Amino acid sequence: MILSQKITSYPGHEITPEDVKEGKYLDVVYKFEPKYSWAAGVAISRFLAELKEGRIIARKCMNCERILVPPRMYCEQCFRPTDEWVQIKDTGTINTYSISHVGTDARRLKTPILVAVVDLDGATPGMGILHNLGEVEPSEIKVGMKVKAVWKSSSERQGAITDIRYFRPIGEE
Amino acid sequence: MPLRIGIVGVGYSGFDSMTPSLSTRELMFEAATRAYEDAGVDPRKDVQSFICCTEDFWEGISITDEYMPDQLGAVLKPLCTISSDGIVGLATACMHIMSGIADVAVVESHSKISDVVNPDEISSFALDPIYDHHVNADPRFVAGLEMARYLKETATKREYCAQVAVKNKKNALLNPRGVHGADLDKKAVLNSKIAASPLTELESSKTIDGSMVFVLASAQKAKKLGNHTVWINGIGWSSDTPWLEDRDMARAAYAEQSAARAYKMAGVRNPATYFDLAEVDDTYSYKELQSLEALKLAAKGKAGKMVESGAFDRDGRLPVNASGGSLGVGHLLEATGLHRVLEAVLQLRGQAGRLQIQRAKKAVVQSWRGIPTATGAVAVLGN
Repeated sequence: MILSQKITSYPGHEITPEDVKEGKYLDVVYKFEPKYSWAAGVAISRFLAELKEGRIIARKCMNCERILVPPRMYCEQCFRPTDEWVQIKDTGTINTYSISHVGTDARRLKTPILVAVVDLDGATPGMGILHNLGEVEPSEIKVGMKVKAVWKSSSERQGAITDIRYFRPIGEE
Repeated sequence: MPLRIGIVGVGYSGFDSMTPSLSTRELMFEAATRAYEDAGVDPRKDVQSFICCTEDFWEGISITDEYMPDQLGAVLKPLCTISSDGIVGLATACMHIMSGIADVAVVESHSKISDVVNPDEISSFALDPIYDHHVNADPRFVAGLEMARYLKETATKREYCAQVAVKNKKNALLNPRGVHGADLDKKAVLNSKIAASPLTELESSKTIDGSMVFVLASAQKAKKLGNHTVWINGIGWSSDTPWLEDRDMARAAYAEQSAARAYKMAGVRNPATYFDLAEVDDTYSYKELQSLEALKLAAKGKAGKMVESGAFDRDGRLPVNASGGSLGVGHLLEATGLHRVLEAVLQLRGQAGRLQIQRAKKAVVQSWRGIPTATGAVAVLGN
């Protein structure tokens, strides 16, 4: 409402919590429920299939010689198809991390979530996986820490990124 | 002075009901690779602006823009996404080129509708949440409302709408991209199941997957690239009020406005005799008739009779949707406009294969953004 010479104050009164309780305040509620079933594509399908087997796979671009993970069928730097599959290790180094104390519903978490980007051994430095850390005190986490994947058992693995439970520290080699 | 922006490369992928073997991004990479090869450009060196036309809800991911650069060769380059039909994307690219920001710009749009499990939920969600969303029906009821009003006001015979579906589905049989081509008669169309009266199922286009990539260049740059440039000589876009209750359901006023702007820019005075081919919106059968009248390719209320007479057949006075259109090829969400520009570009290049219209030099292409919108765009092309 824009005030004018004729309208000098806002009409009505402010909504109080009582108004809401008594149903005097009108609203329209709708739960939007879109559903998707994404085609993962050539690269990510193979990546997921390999996770199910307890392995991590990458793609190599022969032009820039980078080993890309997560794998993709094209190199975004060279803009050309990538050339071959490369198995890489399930060990790596913490590139960066954050300890999240707030859940998706904005509540404080009793147990914080330990999020990290792990540069994987065998991939081009600076390439890796976004995952959780475990078996570690939050205060002990450091950038540069060596970690290794902790996998679900083969019968539990479904071909999903969560087939890796988390990464745990393995100490300096 | 007419606009003069060159379409120097086109590429596409998909054109199938489902593309389960490729991700959206892989589908785009395929189309982009072909377009850059066609134009003879390296996206990492030669392109200064990238534009994608997508909708977050169709993608199933918010802030979709962020997922576009890699597969287009646009990493660390200017890129924007606009949530509108691909022809509006072309207009945006034209503006980037005219402003001097870019002399080569790329436009992409796609449909990966096979990834969406309940597309009707998303279409319904586009209705006004307070006034209109209470109608718990397939959102094509909006098309039914428009069609009923159009038929009444123009006194168009019901069967003329069916003839649009017959014509376009038949044309699509000659188109390698024509997923929904069919040889039917009017009776079959009219007797198909009613979607939302008076509209039947065979008069409703069906969605398909596909990606389209266009490479545009300034006039100067276009002369150095490729040897089959098609020129955008005029372009316009427009949106009517969203009120279903208040807007004119019988006409496509947004298309009238878009066409008027594009024609003025291109210097088109008599559209009815100016063009060698037209690709106009036919998301639903009656839409083609409405669009033809809005574009002044047929007089008010006369489009149906002209379709019936064969004037808009592939070998008629003005071939309309010789490609098969959305009814024959399939509907590609926001990429629908680009698909139709693609078909026109192939015609003007003389590369339309068995669909080729002899001596095609001038084309008009029009898009609509679909239910429940009243937004559309028009491009005038020449070779």
